[in-house]
Formats: sequence, C-alpha cells, structure tokens
Amino acid sequence: MEHLVRRRYWWFAFSLLIILPGLYMLLLHPLVTTGRFAIGLRPSIDFAGGALWELRFPETTPESLTTDRIAQAFATAGFENAQVQLSPTVIDGRQIAAALARTRPLSESDPNAEIEAVMAALNSAFGVVTRERLESVGPTVSAESTRSAIIAVLGASLVILLYLTWAFRKAPHPVRYGVCALISMLHDVLVVLGIAAILGVTIGLEVDALFLTALLTTLSFSVHDTIVVFDRIRENLLNRHPAETFDDVVNHSLVQTLPRSINTQLTTFFTLTALLLFGGDTIRNFVLMLLIGLISGTYSSIFNAAQLLVVWEHREWRSWFGRGRRDEAATAV
Amino acid sequence: MQNRDLFALILIIVTLGLALAINFAPNNNFLGRDVSARLGLDLQGGIQVLLRSADPNATAEEIATAAGVIEQRVNALGVGETVVQRAGNDRIIVELPGVANPEQAIETLRGTGRLEFIDSQGQYLAEGAIVRTSSSPNPPQLLESETVTDVNSLGPIYQSITDGADLDTSAVQPTFSQGGTLGSRPAVAFAFRGQSAQRLASFTAANVGRPMCIVLDNVVVSCPVINAALTDGSGVIEVTTNAERDQIFNKLKYGALPVPLVIETSRTVTATLGQESVAASIRAGIIGLVVVALFMTLFYRGPGLIATIALLIYTAISFAIYRLIPVTLTLPGIAGFILSIGLAVDANVLIFARLREEYRRGRSIRNALELGFVESWPAIRDSSVSTLITSIVLFMFGNSFGVSLIKGFALTLGLGIVLSLFTAVIVTRTFLRLALPLFSDERAWWFGVDRRETPPPAATAAS
Repeated sequence: MEHLVRRRYWWFAFSLLIILPGLYMLLLHPLVTTGRFAIGLRPSIDFAGGALWELRFPETTPESLTTDRIAQAFATAGFENAQVQLSPTVIDGRQIAAALARTRPLSESDPNAEIEAVMAALNSAFGVVTRERLESVGPTVSAESTRSAIIAVLGASLVILLYLTWAFRKAPHPVRYGVCALISMLHDVLVVLGIAAILGVTIGLEVDALFLTALLTTLSFSVHDTIVVFDRIRENLLNRHPAETFDDVVNHSLVQTLPRSINTQLTTFFTLTALLLFGGDTIRNFVLMLLIGLISGTYSSIFNAAQLLVVWEHREWRSWFGRGRRDEAATAV
Repeated sequence: MQNRDLFALILIIVTLGLALAINFAPNNNFLGRDVSARLGLDLQGGIQVLLRSADPNATAEEIATAAGVIEQRVNALGVGETVVQRAGNDRIIVELPGVANPEQAIETLRGTGRLEFIDSQGQYLAEGAIVRTSSSPNPPQLLESETVTDVNSLGPIYQSITDGADLDTSAVQPTFSQGGTLGSRPAVAFAFRGQSAQRLASFTAANVGRPMCIVLDNVVVSCPVINAALTDGSGVIEVTTNAERDQIFNKLKYGALPVPLVIETSRTVTATLGQESVAASIRAGIIGLVVVALFMTLFYRGPGLIATIALLIYTAISFAIYRLIPVTLTLPGIAGFILSIGLAVDANVLIFARLREEYRRGRSIRNALELGFVESWPAIRDSSVSTLITSIVLFMFGNSFGVSLIKGFALTLGLGIVLSLFTAVIVTRTFLRLALPLFSDERAWWFGVDRRETPPPAATAAS
C-alpha cells in the first residue's frame, strides 16, 4: 500500500512550489517593478472605482480595430487613459469586433452627457457601435466594498474555525484539528490569491466582487473536504488496533477517503469545466478561480491538513531548525 | 416494502409532482401565484443604480421620502419587477429590468422635480442651460467639476419667484396648450399654492410683456413671455415633444424629492447580451449534468443511476423553489446552482463509497446500505454546515454591498445545500431500498459492489 503519510514533506514541498511564485507576485513583484510596496492584484472597478464599457463594432472588421484607436475616441470625449482590451466574439457564426474599455467613473450628477459624448466619438470613428454593458462604480462605494470584503473573509474564517472546533469537540485534540484545517484553508487562500496575482500580470485578470465570492467558496469547500478526511481519522482513532501507530491510522483514513475525494473532485470539476467552456465570458474568470480553489482545497485536505496532524503528533518542528528545514507550518504553528 | 419507505416514496412523489406542476404551470400561474422564472438584470438586460443624496447632511426621513417618491415614479413607468430599496442610511437602489433606454429613464426618476419660476431680469435664457437660483444656488451639476474654486465664478444667482415645495401635485396634468403662435403643443398644467401662488401672481402682473423663465431642477425649460397675470398661481409649461412632456409630468406629479440625488454606481446590460448569457448558461448546465450523470452511472452503476435520478429530481425541485420564492436568477446564481449539483452528488459519493467498503468487509447488502447512510451522515452534515455558513456570510456581504450578483450566488448555493440533503439522503436512500430485492450476489456488479478481500490500492480505487 502506498504510504501517503511517509512522503509528507514531499507534499508540503509541492504546495510551496505553487505558493512561493504566487507570493512573490503578490508581495514582492510590485516592489521590484515599481519600487513601491503594494499588493500584486489588479483590483476591478468594484474595488478601485471606475467605469467598464463593453462595446461591439458591427461595422468594423476585427483586424482593423486597435486599442489605440478606441482609446483615442475615449480621450476626445473626455476620458483620458482608457485601458482598452479587444475581445472579439462570434455571433451567429460571424466574427464581431468587440472591446472592453476601463475608464474613470462617470459623472455622478450628469452621467448621460458623458455617455453621449463617448458614443458620439466612437460613432464618428467606427460607424455603428453598440454598448452592451456599462458599469460605473463611484469611489465611495468601492472603498466600502473593499472594507466589507475584508470583513467578510475574516468573518467567514472565524465562524468556520469556531464551527470546526465545535464539530471536533469529542476528538482527543479539538484545537489541533481546528488549527490544521485553518492552515490548509490558509494554503488554499494563498494558492488562489497567488495564481490570481500571476494571472493578473500575465493575462490581466482583475479581482472583482465575484473573485471574492470564489475565494469564500474555496474556503468553505476546503473545510468541507477537510472535515470529511478528519471525520474518518476521528472514527478510525476510536476503533484503532493497539499495534497501529498514529501515522498508520491517518494513512489508512486517507486511503479510505481518497476515492470519495477524487470522485467528488471529478464531478465538480466536470460541472465547472462545462461552465468554463460554455458558460460565457462574463463569469469565466469567476469559474476559473473556483476551479483552482476546489482543486487546491482537495489537495490541501489530503496532503496538508491530515499530514500536519502527523507532524503535530510527533512535534516534528523541534527537528526542523536543526536541519534548517522550513515550511509554511513552521510560521503558522 | 416497509411503512417508512412507503411514506418516503409518497413524500418524494408529492414533492416532485408539486415541483413539476410549478415548473410547467399554465401561464406561469400556480394557485393564483405568479411563478414565472425571474431573471436578473444581467440575464434580461436593464439597469441597476445606486443613488446617493448629493447633500451629505440629508436626514434618514428625507431619504425615505425620496425613496417613496422614486417608487411612485417607477410604478408610473409600468415596467415589471422593478426594485426601489433603501440601502444603508443615505442610499437608494433602483433596478429597472428590460427598459429600452435605461439611462434616460433613471435620469427622469432621480430628477429632483423642483419647479421654479425665476426672475431672469428680462433675459431669454437658453433652454437646457444650468442656472443658479436663490432657493438652490449650488446645483450638483455645477459643483461636480473639480476646477471650481470660487462659487461666484459659476454665474449670477437668479431670484426664485416660487418655491418648488408649494407645487400642488394634484393639479399637475398632461395637457395641450391652446393655440399661441406655435399652434397646439404638448404641455403640463401646474398650480402653486400659498405664498408661491401670491408671489407668482404679483410678479406676472408687474411684468406683462417681459419674459419669465421656468426652471426645473436648475435647468431652464423655457422662457415664455408673460401675456397676462397668472392670478390663481396656475398655468401650463409648453414643451416640444410628447416624450419631453411625459418626463416633466413624471418629475412633477409625485412631488419634489426633498434632496437632490446623484448616481453613485450604475450597471447597465443590454437585452442582447443577457440572452446570450442565458443561452450559454443553459448549455453549460445541460452539458455539466450529462457529464456528471454519465460519470456516476459508469463508476457506481446501479446506485449511480439512482443518484442521477435523484439529481434530476433535485434540479426540478430547485427550479420550482426559485419560481416559488421567487429567487431572481443571475449568472453567478446559475453558477451557484451548477456548483450545488456537484455538492448534491458529493453526498451520494460519500454514501456509495461507504456502501462499497462495508460490503467488502463482508456485510450483507442490506446492512452495508444502512451502514453506508448512517456512517457517512456526520461527514455530510458537518461539511454541509460549513458551506452553509459561507453562503450566509456571502448573502449578508452581498446585502451590505448592493451587489445582487453575490446574493444570487449565495442564495442558490445555500438553497442547493439544504435541498441536496433531502435528495441525496431521502430520495437516494428510498430508491436504493426499493431496489434491494433485485440484489443477489451474482448481480453484485450491477450494484457497483464486489467482495474483494482487501481494499484496493489508492491508484486503482481512483481509476
């Protein structure tokens, strides 16, 4: 039988391999490139304020449409520094030129005049232009959203931690289970944030209200998976053979829950992949982040949370510093 | 068949029957209740705005009054499923689905509706010009431009003759002006009361032959010449088009807003984009369901098939509940539902995995089945609660935020968890129990179980 527990430091190393580049992009990349300390995520208009225009250009061929020309049209209408991204779509088998433009927010007292100015500028440059979506978020709202986002993440984590401690109150060390589940939750948050930071730099992924929803869902699914694994460990500990070591019990439990973990993972994976491929552009990034979060959540429940229980049982951190070995558990415990 | 199985079966059939009756109700009317599917703004097109008082010192009552006035104006538009809701202390959320020109509609709705007559000192002011009046010297339209450092540079302040608060809204009527040099034109009749009526009478009596400007929310509507004194404080406002008349009428009819409102956040989606999203999500949902059904049937065989039937029942009940409550479906809401399919299956996977294990340990199929349900229950319960907690947090967060998208996701996910407990546990269990008489050791394969002595290594178990 494969001994999953014996290789625990390999699993931790793999987690670090994913997390460390993300952490670099998240914390150090802005410092390296701009010299200022910042979080390496691209906030969307939900959190930074601004306006997002989704435009279609039925009279323009996709090849002749350039971001510069669109930005130019926005500038003449009083929206300097529009960030434009081309997003050609296929409608009824025909390629339609389309673009997303991000600008400052619309005027609060007279937005229609500004919309008309932009559309007039676009029409004179490209002929017929349709405005499929327009979202404008003022600076006060975006600041409040950021605040409630942080409260939501902290609040959810706290309630889940309390619930975990309560759920495992009959196990020998309830706090231990809670903390290990929390560390694996933290692992998933770091994976999702890190990948979001990397994708932010590479494909311009923006962090919006839906991203936050994906993050919170990841939290709950991570705990969901961890509970299933821990539940089995708790049960097997109660009926353990005298000859079985703690490592054996954990390993045994992991092997028992593995088919379930993989199958559940697969079914969610199927539905989310269907959504990713066929569900339309608007929620594509949301579904992508959910998918990454779910995979990370399953991985961390098996290969981090349960393994950390073993580390804790042996108090292995006493020997880490002697050998100079570190991982995320060392800082978190 | 045992009594409790019979009871459960009847419960399932009744629930499913109700769900189907709701989903396929003729004219979307179920026992006098409208059960049509509600689509969010992102799916049917429309606008959502967050209005905030331009005056930071506005009281809660003023905002409440403003929300009431806006609600009346919205109802006058005759659009279905609109929302006018107060958010926090100083904000109002307005949602208008399926409006042809949403920004224009919002502009009319949030117009303060303060009708003033001003003494323009004999000048004809341009129509559409923004002017400062003595009762509203600093209109938000002028203050927004950040270059303003000296308020005196904004132009002269004209003396207001009337006060918008004295407008008698019951006298506001759409009408046609009688003749005049331009012939019959659309117009809105109005009347002032009290002080304003007296001042209007004395001003017009003293200034016959000179122009007087009509100003609505600091924008000049027109500057007619005074032909005769308006002794009773009533008159008409002439405009050019019927659309213009309807806008002015709507602004005046339900009274003036106690505070001017600005648009803090707005989200508009066209109906075209909405329809494309609906088509895309339906496609994604069906493909996802089919793949999950195939996977479950191939991997768990008989029980997998039963789980698939349970999943279809789950889908039917979910949509019935969405129609009944009603839950407004948004794109993230649909994503939440599709995600909950995965959760609904998860409970079954837990149970079946346990069933296989118990059977391999040499228990009879009946015992293995019952144990599978009993032993996997704590894990199903605990994990569902943690996801439920998150959906509640998300729902509250979405509420404080005014973003209906997040609320939609939280609601469908949370409902999905509760409902999947019903289908995954009661429906699957009852069906499996009913299928048990078909079981024999030769047919074990059909039940996805076998009697290998040792649990297989992880790699093959997962394949």
